[in-house]
Amino acid sequence: MKLNKIGVAAVALATTAVATVALAQVRDQIRVVGSSTVFPYSQAVAEEFANLTGSRAPIVESTGTGGGFQVFCAGIGPSNADVTGASRAIKASEYELCVANGVTDITELQLGYDGLSIAVSRASTFDWNLTEAQIFQALAAEVEVDGAVVPNPYTNWSQIDPSLPDVTITVFGPPPTSGTRDAFVELAMHDGCAEFPAIQALEAARRTDVCSRMRQDGPFVEAGENDNLIVQRIISDPTTIGIFGYSFLYENSDTLKAVAVEGIVPTFETIADFSYAIARPIFIYVKNQHRGVIPGLDDFVAEFVSDAALAPGGYLAERGLTPLSDELRAEMQDRALNAVTMDPAV
Amino acid sequence: MTVIDAPATGPDWSSAASNANRRRRYAADRRLRIYGLTAIIIAVGVLVILLATVLTGGASAFVQTRVTVEFTIDPELVSADNIQRGNYRQIITNAVAELFPEIADDRTALTAAGRILTSNAQFFVRDAVVADPSLIGRTLTLAIPASDPFDQLNKGTIARDLPEEQRRVNDRDTALFDQLVDRGLVSTPFNWGLFFNADSRFPELAGLRGAIIGSFYLLLVTLLVSVPVGIAAAIYLEEFARRGRWSRLIEVNINNLAAVPSVVFGLLGLAVFINFFGLPRSAPLVGGLVLSLMTLPTIIIVTRAALKAVPPSIREAAYGIGASKHQMVLHHVLPLALPGILTGTIIGMAQALGETAPLLLVGMNAFLTAAPGGITDAATALPTQIYIWADSSERGFVAKTSAGIVVLLLFLIVMNAVAIFLRRRLERTW
Repeated sequence: MKLNKIGVAAVALATTAVATVALAQVRDQIRVVGSSTVFPYSQAVAEEFANLTGSRAPIVESTGTGGGFQVFCAGIGPSNADVTGASRAIKASEYELCVANGVTDITELQLGYDGLSIAVSRASTFDWNLTEAQIFQALAAEVEVDGAVVPNPYTNWSQIDPSLPDVTITVFGPPPTSGTRDAFVELAMHDGCAEFPAIQALEAARRTDVCSRMRQDGPFVEAGENDNLIVQRIISDPTTIGIFGYSFLYENSDTLKAVAVEGIVPTFETIADFSYAIARPIFIYVKNQHRGVIPGLDDFVAEFVSDAALAPGGYLAERGLTPLSDELRAEMQDRALNAVTMDPAV
Repeated sequence: MTVIDAPATGPDWSSAASNANRRRRYAADRRLRIYGLTAIIIAVGVLVILLATVLTGGASAFVQTRVTVEFTIDPELVSADNIQRGNYRQIITNAVAELFPEIADDRTALTAAGRILTSNAQFFVRDAVVADPSLIGRTLTLAIPASDPFDQLNKGTIARDLPEEQRRVNDRDTALFDQLVDRGLVSTPFNWGLFFNADSRFPELAGLRGAIIGSFYLLLVTLLVSVPVGIAAAIYLEEFARRGRWSRLIEVNINNLAAVPSVVFGLLGLAVFINFFGLPRSAPLVGGLVLSLMTLPTIIIVTRAALKAVPPSIREAAYGIGASKHQMVLHHVLPLALPGILTGTIIGMAQALGETAPLLLVGMNAFLTAAPGGITDAATALPTQIYIWADSSERGFVAKTSAGIVVLLLFLIVMNAVAIFLRRRLERTW
């Protein structure tokens, strides 16, 4: 008899638990999604915002840039995200998705720059300096040899250029789902590819394919989204090279050293003025239709672009963000505070 | 009658052939034993390596470097009517200047010295003053966590003999920190914050509180959904359902369901609970529903086995004294099967506690600096918290990740120990 009652009570509890969801429709927490590159910065702003204002801590989720836009553009209302971070500008197709779902009033804010670093262990004795063409030759699926486009034959760095060490090419990098990989292909591989006349002579679709495809035969290892894992693997073997966000190089400067690209080593300065070749701007996108509806969103966005966060020496720079110029920062602050709607044409 | 010759004797056990045969069979026995032993040695060895790496890696996260600092709560900086909004940053700077009078006039050196303390030091002071407003105008002594680079320096993770430009901490700040050590102001007490702080972007402050509470809500939902449904389904299948094509079909499907990879349940949860029913993302409610789908087959299978183990004589006896079917099941069979059901449930829950993949898909890997207040609040769970830490760039999170794994393993060991204890305690033989 007793058991009977307990069973009934448990079922009833479970049902009420499900039913309470209907009540949870109003949201009093800000929700941030988006790129894993922007994630540490969103984290910092969310923590600072919660500490300073005492309001409920925003929910920050790392979904990747593309995944972030999928969630962000899903519509208006408490179940959709308010802010998304992106390690590239919004694509036309993503903007159309937003508009189709009624998300028409978006503010685009550039936060700063992020450098992709190529690094080796400090134990490596060689002073690495690669050109973008060499990076392409080492990592592309197909390369140009004697005027012909052939499957990548290189297995040792010295085969590409005799001045490079005679070690096997082993490079750990991000998988195709990652925004870091997109950026690496676009910024390093495409530029390197442009220096090979036979590839440039190919018809457009084939050329893009050759320039974008990373090799699958071993020397390039997709090491998963976890940058710490790449760091540990390259430390344990000084002949291997890793590709990851600059903040990881910055945090691990005692065990890693940068590979110079086109003779330039990544630092905050060389990333900001784009003299370091593999740097990109990073953005957040704010859903203005949620301002005034989700409590605290205005203040949160204001905190995101405040001098305390974005200025040189601000707490985002401490986490590895390369800051904007003063004029650009002032423009972003103006955009953020006045909720300036972005113009998709630009 | 003729005497039939005794039949030819049986095989000759001492012939060369049969000796060779015997030796072969003994050798096979020995080989089998060696294979088994090797397998066990490999398994135990791998387990020892795993535990050793996790424990040595995580050990340093169980203590936290703290610096004892005296703060003067200047009434000019904090007014009694708006304590929350006082200028606590200045109070910190003043306290650091008092610690190092020799650099008090050098602003950049002072700022750098201030970074020995965690960046959230101002909030520690604020919270202390808010809790006790009578502190205004007096001094307050607090042991503030040291920031991650100095914590790592103190724990020896950052080698001091490296050239200065290869370290996160430069020589000047290292000297200041060593000065604090010499004055006895630096201590490394047990890091209670690991259990009682919510997550933070600073490794010196990050803790598992949010994740532990989130995991608790997750398991609560899982328990409330999967146990009643699982037991009811098992009772029906075992006691009421007629054996036939349909019950066999259902049985096969339940067994198949138990083998479905958990990530599939996560995708299902995303499509059904979040996108179709509109339940909130990242909430333990959704995570719990997904995990109950995952544990349901386990509980059904275990419960059916436990019910089957109750001897038919008990059922006959119940009928014999005039019990109806539901009385027979609820009063006699189910209580006797309960120990088995309980252990099965706990093992299912332990499985659910360690599950990560489905939770990532329903967004339970969010960064949250506060613990959830209910099952519809956004939350993380222990395994997803470990996942977030493993992905963070700060040095301190490497040890934190291992420490999180140790805590998760402790929970799992406790749950399994309880299951074993209950089985020993309540087990009944007929």
